[in-house]
Amino acid sequence: MKSLAELEALRKSTLEKINLRKEDGDGARVVVGMATCGIAAGARPVLNAFMEEIAKRNLDNVTVTQTGCIGLCQYEPIVEIYTPGLEKVTYAKVKPEMVAQIVTEHIVNGKPCSQYTIGNVQK
Amino acid sequence: MRELSLHILDIVQNSITAGAKLVIINIVEDINLDELVIEIIDNGKGMDDETIKRVMDPFYTTRTTRKVGLGIPLFKNAALTTGGKFYITSRQGSGTIETAVFKHSSIDRQPIGDMSQTMLTLMTGNENIDFLYYHRYVSGEQNDQFIFDTRQIKQALGGADVNVPEIYMWIKEYIQEGISNLYGGVQ
Repeated sequence: MKSLAELEALRKSTLEKINLRKEDGDGARVVVGMATCGIAAGARPVLNAFMEEIAKRNLDNVTVTQTGCIGLCQYEPIVEIYTPGLEKVTYAKVKPEMVAQIVTEHIVNGKPCSQYTIGNVQK
Repeated sequence: MRELSLHILDIVQNSITAGAKLVIINIVEDINLDELVIEIIDNGKGMDDETIKRVMDPFYTTRTTRKVGLGIPLFKNAALTTGGKFYITSRQGSGTIETAVFKHSSIDRQPIGDMSQTMLTLMTGNENIDFLYYHRYVSGEQNDQFIFDTRQIKQALGGADVNVPEIYMWIKEYIQEGISNLYGGVQ
């Protein structure tokens, strides 16, 4: 049975790592649409998949944020990725299975997965 | 929406938009009464009677990007299809309470779903808002509860980031374990 004391101990043991996390804001930003349309289309597992994949790979300067409805409900779940030096990329109808690939190819290697972008996804 | 936890995530977004600083999510499963009650209580800006009537209407929304607002109508419908009830009470300036009552054994009742994902989504997306998730399970003589209070979590973390992998995963497992204990260790 887990207790909050355990969490405190865990925090102390990871303190060093926490201190190393950059706050300089030059990393990639992942924005997931979390309005009714996004949630109903399956945005929550997508958001969680991004959190876990980024955590797993220790991508300290990548932030994941949530936004409301951008008016393209038929394309939800929509994920926008802002990376320094690259244009904003909008992914449409994202599934949790795509997340590892998007993180590896786009965020780590700087090559957006064009097959999943909004321009290439059928309505 | 396929799970009640998704409805909860969606309805709580309204509380956040209403400027709530604390949102309480109450889930009570009472097998003896064959009832599942979900209550969402916030201290946001509240609504007047006119607005309460209008939010039940799918063609009412405060947003500007589209003309429909389905969050509350979908949640209400999920409760009513089980033979349940749905109410909103609100006072301007003090907050809103939404209550959905489901028939627990109804074949049309959606599963509660993954509350750990809902809580983590809320927590990581809204660092300045506190969430209290309270889940009670009553069956026969059994009467157990699980409480997840982000204020306690924040205190234990002492300002550390929830997004640190070990911490994020620990919180996820903590919630999953707490809920599965209510059902006698099985999910």
